[in-house]
Amino acid sequence: MVNPQPSLPSPASAYGARARVWNWRRTLAPTGNRGDALFRILLFLFALILLLIVATMIVAIAANSRLSIDKFGMAFLTGRAWNPVTGQFGALPFIYGTIVSSLIALLIAVPLSLGVAVFLVEQAPRSLARPIAFLVELLAAIPSVVYGLWGIFVLAPFLRVHVEPLLARWLGWLPFFQGPITGIGLLTGGIILAIMITPIISAVVRDVLSAVPVSQREAALALGATKWETTRVVLANAASGIAGAIILGLGRAIGETMAVTMVIGNRPQISASLFEPSYTIASVIANEFTEATDNLYLSALIEIGLILFLVTFMVNGAAKLLVWSVTRGTSGTARAA
Amino acid sequence: MSFSKNSWRTTSLALFFASLLALAAACSGQRDATGPGTGGSGGGGGTINLQGAGATFPNPLYQKWLSEYGKLNPNIRIDYQSIGSGGGIKQIQAQTVDFGASDAPMKDDELKGAPGELLHIPTVLGAVVITYNLQGVAQPLKFSPDVLADIFLGKLKKWDDPRIKAVNAGVILPSSDITVVHRSDGSGTTAVFTDYLSKVSPEWKEKVGADKSPQWPAGQGGKGNEGVTGMVKQQPNTIGYVELAYAVQNKLPVAQIKNSAGQFIDPSIEAVTAAASASAASLPEDLRTSITNPAGASAYPIASYTYLLAYKEQKDAAKGKALVDFIWWGIHDGERFAKDLQYAPLPDEVVKRAEAKLNSITSGGKPLRQ
Repeated sequence: MVNPQPSLPSPASAYGARARVWNWRRTLAPTGNRGDALFRILLFLFALILLLIVATMIVAIAANSRLSIDKFGMAFLTGRAWNPVTGQFGALPFIYGTIVSSLIALLIAVPLSLGVAVFLVEQAPRSLARPIAFLVELLAAIPSVVYGLWGIFVLAPFLRVHVEPLLARWLGWLPFFQGPITGIGLLTGGIILAIMITPIISAVVRDVLSAVPVSQREAALALGATKWETTRVVLANAASGIAGAIILGLGRAIGETMAVTMVIGNRPQISASLFEPSYTIASVIANEFTEATDNLYLSALIEIGLILFLVTFMVNGAAKLLVWSVTRGTSGTARAA
Repeated sequence: MSFSKNSWRTTSLALFFASLLALAAACSGQRDATGPGTGGSGGGGGTINLQGAGATFPNPLYQKWLSEYGKLNPNIRIDYQSIGSGGGIKQIQAQTVDFGASDAPMKDDELKGAPGELLHIPTVLGAVVITYNLQGVAQPLKFSPDVLADIFLGKLKKWDDPRIKAVNAGVILPSSDITVVHRSDGSGTTAVFTDYLSKVSPEWKEKVGADKSPQWPAGQGGKGNEGVTGMVKQQPNTIGYVELAYAVQNKLPVAQIKNSAGQFIDPSIEAVTAAASASAASLPEDLRTSITNPAGASAYPIASYTYLLAYKEQKDAAKGKALVDFIWWGIHDGERFAKDLQYAPLPDEVVKRAEAKLNSITSGGKPLRQ
């Protein structure tokens, strides 16, 4: 589902090559059927609408952040102050908080959701796999504000009492686990994101794994592979699909607003310690947009939205690059589609 | 066999969408029947539609007003969207709504951004209370303004600081770090609280200032009253601020604050109305004012008005008349709903001032209230 279909030679180009002259009728309806032509135009319009939406969004955001771009220029990206009273705006702490919280989320969610998916597809008996898969999908449907409230009332106290003191004791020599323990901060934000994206990643990975042909497993088993080795073959086959699932999860983590806002502490600062409060781009927009009346302030908030676009774009690009460099070696093998 | 199954599915899908469409049409038909949206002229016996948008803080009261007023005047339909004071100001400036609402009065340059003269009409009062989480402390804590400001500045770091002890004789305070919790979302509650701190602490005024979302020198941010409350409840040794109504409904521990007369005052509706009465004499002509840190001996010092915003010159006489009548009803009959929802009603002298404002609203130069 994530993998592109093996591309057939485009009918239009095939006809075009034969006819040597461009024939709009042929381009529209390679099969010569009027219904097909209509269907093709309709699909093209759908694709066009999506492009238009993205384009108008970027144009509108860029135009509305003009004031802030003109005033701060590149300093907006490196500035650490965010003070609506004096009109000083810098986005660096928000960029930092967004990227670090998403990385923490991936670090936890990827092994977890891969484990869940592999168990469901490869190991679990049917009677167990069905209800668990259902629950996983149910988790994906919970509104994020509910995750946020659960984060404040359950997760944060749990981390404060049981997890963070242990981290401070055993790993306290690392700069990441120093400072006052409050249960609210970057670590909690990352963990709640991990919990939120796990169902998404595992649901997609489950579909991808189920799509790997049974013959692959049978072949591996026939060669005397253990269950573990067979699973590795299946995972290798599904690598690009799994990567797609992870990117999907990452996208949600970067853009997630409510749940993170509830537990991250909403303090624009850059601190090595994961116990300290932090702030994400999506959170600051959600928090401050409704009450921002000053034009420069509003413009700065919109510009930070533009930066979120760019961050998402770059992180996705980097992830794709990573996937490409990892799966390059296995590109000859069959992939799950 | 399989063909008939397929066609069954197609038919039922089609039926489903058809019924959805029908439902949508029925709903919009209902709306249409009450007259066109914002553009409705509503002359004669027709229905008049009014649109308002703005502050979230008074929203529960305004919704109550709308439903009660709607029962009395079935031909007037008023919608209020609680999109935040910022949005309310923007929309009334752009004239996309008939009235706006804001907790903090509009600033001078915001008023200049409007195409006509905007009036501020106070409706009720709200207060900001200090809540905390200290295990083993039963009696209400007391704070003097300087102690409060220094805690939120991050200068007082321990609960058993001598300065906190000095105003809380007999209370055993833990020697733990103070964790400050503030609102992370821009809010009128924060504006009132920081306005108060700016008045009582020169250092706060200089370093932080009064704003809906200032740059906080210390602590964590929680989203909304519920976010701040959650953080305070779940973390020991925290201190935060929330709306009075929210604190009362959730039975939070609240602190007594020392007012300018030197009295420690429990936050209550009466003490808030007292704060408004105490400052009523010095109310400016346009009613835009801050009543934090007022003079009266029984006044609670962290309180504020919330306002409705309307143009002095109404384009449409029928709609303008409906709007003026509605607000008039609100600040008279509507005030009796305030207490149940934990808002402080306006003192009489302020109602008189608001009446004068409403009487000054005109359409085509003619006053809308006779």
